[in-house]
Amino acid sequence: MTARLTYRTIIYVLLFALSAFYLLPIYVLVITSLKSFQEVNVNQMWNLPHGLNFASFTTAWFGGEGFTGLSGNFWNSVQLVIPATFFSALFGAINGYVLSKWKFRGSDTLFTLFLFGMFIPYQSILIPLIQTLQTFHLYGSILGLIFVHIVYGIPITTLIFRNYYATVPSELLEAAKIDGATFLGIFRHIMLPISLPGFVVVTIWQFTSIWNDFLFGVMVTSSPSVQPITVALNNLAGSLSVAWNIQMAGALMAALPTMLIYVFLGRYFMRGLLAGSLKG
Amino acid sequence: MAEQTITVGEKPRRAAATPRVQRRRWSRHFNGDRILSLLLLSPSVIAIGIFVYAFIGYTGYVSLVKWNTFTPDYTFVGLSNYLRLFDTERFRIDLGNTFTFTVFFLIACLVLGFILAVLLDQHIRGEGIFRSIFLFPLAISFIVTGVAWRWLLNPGDPTNGITGINLLFDQVGLGFLKNGWYTDPNIGIKAVVIAATWQMSGYVMALFLAGLRGIPEDLREAARVDGANEFQIYRHVILPLLQPITLGAVIILGHISLKIFDLVVSMTGRGVAFSTDVPALFMFDITFQAQAYAVGAAVATILLLSVAVLIVPYLLYNVRTEAER
Repeated sequence: MTARLTYRTIIYVLLFALSAFYLLPIYVLVITSLKSFQEVNVNQMWNLPHGLNFASFTTAWFGGEGFTGLSGNFWNSVQLVIPATFFSALFGAINGYVLSKWKFRGSDTLFTLFLFGMFIPYQSILIPLIQTLQTFHLYGSILGLIFVHIVYGIPITTLIFRNYYATVPSELLEAAKIDGATFLGIFRHIMLPISLPGFVVVTIWQFTSIWNDFLFGVMVTSSPSVQPITVALNNLAGSLSVAWNIQMAGALMAALPTMLIYVFLGRYFMRGLLAGSLKG
Repeated sequence: MAEQTITVGEKPRRAAATPRVQRRRWSRHFNGDRILSLLLLSPSVIAIGIFVYAFIGYTGYVSLVKWNTFTPDYTFVGLSNYLRLFDTERFRIDLGNTFTFTVFFLIACLVLGFILAVLLDQHIRGEGIFRSIFLFPLAISFIVTGVAWRWLLNPGDPTNGITGINLLFDQVGLGFLKNGWYTDPNIGIKAVVIAATWQMSGYVMALFLAGLRGIPEDLREAARVDGANEFQIYRHVILPLLQPITLGAVIILGHISLKIFDLVVSMTGRGVAFSTDVPALFMFDITFQAQAYAVGAAVATILLLSVAVLIVPYLLYNVRTEAER
């Protein structure tokens, strides 16, 4: 009995200690961002703030002396993430439907070729990508960034939908075909009505990865006025004149949308994550 | 298929007529629908064909030409850009850093992820809350992680005093653990491993936990009946069964560590004497700052090949096992 109690105690102590490690950065982000400018002192980094002070948030959002706030970039990210997520999900649904239920010779090979696009280091397509975007006058615009995210989102959205639709029994589709249902009819009346969980998983996954993207943001946009929030946050944090409490407030604001999604829809976020390791 | 629609009580004439009508209708739909399905798939096929494969081919081509100034110059120069690259000290340091990063990152994530999964598998009260705590870093941008950890691992300076983790160590009496973190060239990229592990170990935990939950209780019970203790059960029953998951995790994490860019940029940048520099960042600098496009393309091609060596066998294996299922 005592041995069991000791064993349980050790497990919980370990769990709490490890939780502290994972919560540490968030703790520091929150307490620092709530400090007033007078309180921000490197030697008192771990001390709690004296009362709640939201000045860092307003400064990080609206800007201050020598730097632009993140508000514009936050809205750039919003404008970017909504259409990019929507269209990559739509393409994924169509591709997933065709590649799972309308297979043809070579369709599995084609699917594998799609999947490879998910893993490539984007450096290996960057030079021609920028040249192409410049040719079509899409370089340096939010529209260009949306386009890039749609294209490179296709592999993962196709994967999630294909695995999802693969669970729909083929007998159901055969029966519908015999009843005269067409390609679009089956999609509209059988697949779409049961697609909601698939769309939720894909939407959350794409929203999170597009919101968190930095590489495309920094490569495709050069002017601060069109940069997404991750790029702006990196610039803000890189500037020595910006105090720590403002940097931390900015980081929290950049993290907020995906954190909210995680808190409320974590279950679906996990499914997207596990789909990324190809195990459906 | 037609036979299935014939029921016992039906008249022979109708039964004979049914398949013909259906086949005709079926094939008509088949053709029109087949064309439509390919038509709807084609934009994605074209997009992936151009933006992934043609672009990779083009980058590979650029790595073999003379284009190392602002103006494109497509004179073929063979492998000289690669030779120049391996002669560049910064690139050699980067390769070493990538190796160090990959090894430490993989070990840290696998060990920590496995420990977390095993702890959570002990019928824990509040399992959902703990799981959420270990997983939430995955939802955050590497940039946010970098900004937070840059401060946490900031050793401070003589004028302002010590700060970050070092200060915490001092305050709780662990002062001997203080060090320069990423500002110390001997630690360098290993400091970035801490932040990367903080972010990605939850992923490994999720994979292992799903694996543990998939192992039937009967197997553990049988081992217990045979007199194995809990440790032996993990060592001899569970770990071997988790091997495919471990391999998958190694491949996914390995390819992330080869590509790592965002976290380094936001947390440390190139570091003292390039001690935190990585090939992805070097590619960015040499291509878009120094405008040595061909050399940049060579770095990109090496990155791609190293990722492909990991990923292609994994993809083929996944497709084959799925086909067998």
